[in-house]
Amino acid sequence: MSQPESAVADAQAGGRSGQEPLAKLAERYGLRRAIARPRFPVYMRQLWERRHFVLTYATSRNVSKYSNSALGQLWQVLTPLLNAGIYYVMFGLILGGKGNIENYPAFLITGMFVFTFTQRTVTAGAKSISGNLSMIRALHFPRATLPLAYTIQELQQLAISMGVLGVIVVATGEFPTWYWLMIPVVLLLQTMFNVGAALVIARLGASMRDLNQLLPFITRTWLYASGVFFAIHDKVVNGAGLPEWVATAMYLNPAASFIEWMREILIKSYNPDFGHHPPTMVWASCVFWAVFALGFGFWYFWRAEERYGRG
Amino acid sequence: MAELTKELSKVKGEEPAVPGKDVRVHPNPELATKGPLDAPTGTPTVIVDDLHIVYRVYGAASESEKGNAVNALTRILKRQGRPQMKEVHAVKGVTFVAYHGDAIGIVGRNGSGKSTLLRAIAGLLPPHSGAVYTDGQPSLLGVNAALMRELTGERNIVLGCYAMGMTPSEVREKYQEIVDFSGIDEFVQLPMSTYSSGMGARLRFAISSAKTHDVLLIDEALATGDREFRKKSEQRIRQIRESAGTVFLVAHDLRVIEQTCNRVIWLHKGKIKMDGDPKEVLAAYTKG
Repeated sequence: MSQPESAVADAQAGGRSGQEPLAKLAERYGLRRAIARPRFPVYMRQLWERRHFVLTYATSRNVSKYSNSALGQLWQVLTPLLNAGIYYVMFGLILGGKGNIENYPAFLITGMFVFTFTQRTVTAGAKSISGNLSMIRALHFPRATLPLAYTIQELQQLAISMGVLGVIVVATGEFPTWYWLMIPVVLLLQTMFNVGAALVIARLGASMRDLNQLLPFITRTWLYASGVFFAIHDKVVNGAGLPEWVATAMYLNPAASFIEWMREILIKSYNPDFGHHPPTMVWASCVFWAVFALGFGFWYFWRAEERYGRG
Repeated sequence: MAELTKELSKVKGEEPAVPGKDVRVHPNPELATKGPLDAPTGTPTVIVDDLHIVYRVYGAASESEKGNAVNALTRILKRQGRPQMKEVHAVKGVTFVAYHGDAIGIVGRNGSGKSTLLRAIAGLLPPHSGAVYTDGQPSLLGVNAALMRELTGERNIVLGCYAMGMTPSEVREKYQEIVDFSGIDEFVQLPMSTYSSGMGARLRFAISSAKTHDVLLIDEALATGDREFRKKSEQRIRQIRESAGTVFLVAHDLRVIEQTCNRVIWLHKGKIKMDGDPKEVLAAYTKG
């Protein structure tokens, strides 16, 4: 990235004037550079060929994560449950963030679980390259499998969280409707977005070591900007007196969009017009972010493929 | 970075390590024909062209940095960059051509850049300058292919095979072979963190050698395990070599190199000090 260009050019030209350069010799015998970035379609095909590795690696990480605790895999259910309990006591009972939201526990926990999925994926993705340097320096594989595996791992966790979420939402008085069939669609879009975000942050994290220290602050700001604890429009426009477009901008941020859509699906009393935004705006935002992040993420990550081993 | 540039030019200014030698000509044509492998056919399989490798190491303490926050702040204010990030110039302008049928031993003291060179040939470490050209995909057969210590040997075998790009049916096919070869028997059901270092090395070697290779790079693989496993792995390497075009072998055991190689490269402080007939090079190496 910041190589001294003159020295590089100098080093390549030096030494062998008047002879056939070795690069030519290599070309004559059809030898290829040992470290070269494959073309993008080839790269995507290689990634597809490693799908078993991605799945096995994700599952293995999930298994090993709890292998030292006595309760073992039970923590996969306990963690989201305990989180939900804390958030409810803190924001629902003590701080009284309820406002005029009808089913606040469901509102809060839906927001929290959806946001946690993206937050954890981004945090894990930032370490996916720097945490696996020894593996990268020992084996050949498309590096994008690592952030991809980390996202799949979080998706597996989410599947359990969603089960917990479903039970809680029903317990608070909601009843499953036909709309619930849309849940996988939202999760698919969110996963697409998360993969893209993990890829981008993985490349950034590979070269910027300070990112890991900074990331908790970024995700916390994002958490507050996504209306996990409160209704955005209610607090921003009615409460703080800010102009309408601020609320709209906040609704258009990917995390808020996914949260809003999930709330619309799960909570019958949650009125889409509550935040004075049409549901189509949220849907369009979700689709846009999913497609954009996925496409950009793969392209951006692929551009530095041959540099990840350097650390 | 400025320092590095200075160093690079300094390196170039020094005498070439093997003076007056044309890298295109096999350094050891006579012995090559008598070597343990087929005679080199004159087709190059690996070309290393003035290769420089610079590692970045984080967390290394330097003189001025004693890890306190005030120092760190003054450093940032003075725009001195990050001293914790140290650049290690591990390979300094290595050039050679390897031919089909070559079995090349690489010797040198610890830290002379042997493993780094192998990793660069395998395409795992990007060169700072210069280039490596290879025929097909070289495979590094190391003892330190990272596997997950908390997981059972069984899962590690599957994971390692997938990482090398095998399909599920290939993995099923090879699984028993890997277990048998590694000789870890019932330990395969236990997490790798409970293995002795020899057992872990055996399993890693068994996994990485389960695939066929074009250009084979072996890093200290023979130095691990007990005598029985050593015999087994030497046999396995011979097997692989028969199908491989070119073999590189890094080992501290000079007997192994003398027995298996038809050419030896002596690396010293990141540069080639000698390249040629195993007997000559090894004699010079043991002397000084």
